[in-house]
Amino acid sequence: MIEGISIYEILTLSSVLFFIGVYGFFTRENLITVLMSIELILNAAAVNFVIVNTYLYPDFLQGVIFSIFIVAMAAAETALAIAIIINLYKLVVSVEVKDTQEMKY
Amino acid sequence: METILFYILSALILIFAIASVSSRKILRAVIYLLFVLVAISGIYFMIDYSLLAAIQLAVYGGGVIVLIIFSVLLVHHVELELEVTALRKKIIAGIISLAGLGITLWAIYTFPFQTAGTGKAIEVADIGRKLLSYGEGGFILPFEVMSVLLLAVMVGAIVIAKGKKLKE
Repeated sequence: MIEGISIYEILTLSSVLFFIGVYGFFTRENLITVLMSIELILNAAAVNFVIVNTYLYPDFLQGVIFSIFIVAMAAAETALAIAIIINLYKLVVSVEVKDTQEMKY
Repeated sequence: METILFYILSALILIFAIASVSSRKILRAVIYLLFVLVAISGIYFMIDYSLLAAIQLAVYGGGVIVLIIFSVLLVHHVELELEVTALRKKIIAGIISLAGLGITLWAIYTFPFQTAGTGKAIEVADIGRKLLSYGEGGFILPFEVMSVLLLAVMVGAIVIAKGKKLKE
């Protein structure tokens, strides 16, 4: 835990970060920037896992281990999403959200 | 000292996160996202969890950002500016986000957290033992599921990105 910083301040930081990500998710119209907003949201969640573990239950390791899983999952999700975006660009020559009404044919 | 460092890191995270979701130049938005991720790894260093900080720097700063930059360069012109979102949509999204933030902060500040007095550094050896233990509270099953997931994603990404050949 950080000296002189209470859990409330760090939780405030991570929730503000989460809702900045939600705002970006709602307003962005490009698939890659939507993906970046999702990265922000996942990072806020990982920070929360670590903070709650180290401040409230320092004898357990569940939160810190699940934050590693979150990072691995986020990397997997990004790789797959970028593959889909590139394939979509080959099909419809655009990565705007409004142009992607059909995914297969 | 640590308090000042924490506030500097939080200010960096919030400013660059807002810049990242509002910048109209897409490549700049990606670089702002990189700054956010590096500052978050600074937070992990401050709570003595250097393993996750290193993972964050390697996977996000090294992997995800490079992947996103590559996809930006593949599908966009570098100087391209994004379309301006309609003001009405921005206002509605802002109101929804602020309402959610308000509810979350209200829930956080009214809940009495029982913080444990002494924090201790998280040992990497403990995490390694816990990840591979199959006894009580071990994490061997999610660990293996995660490796299968990564393998599936690797194969899936290759198959999807290869796609079909463009006809005519």
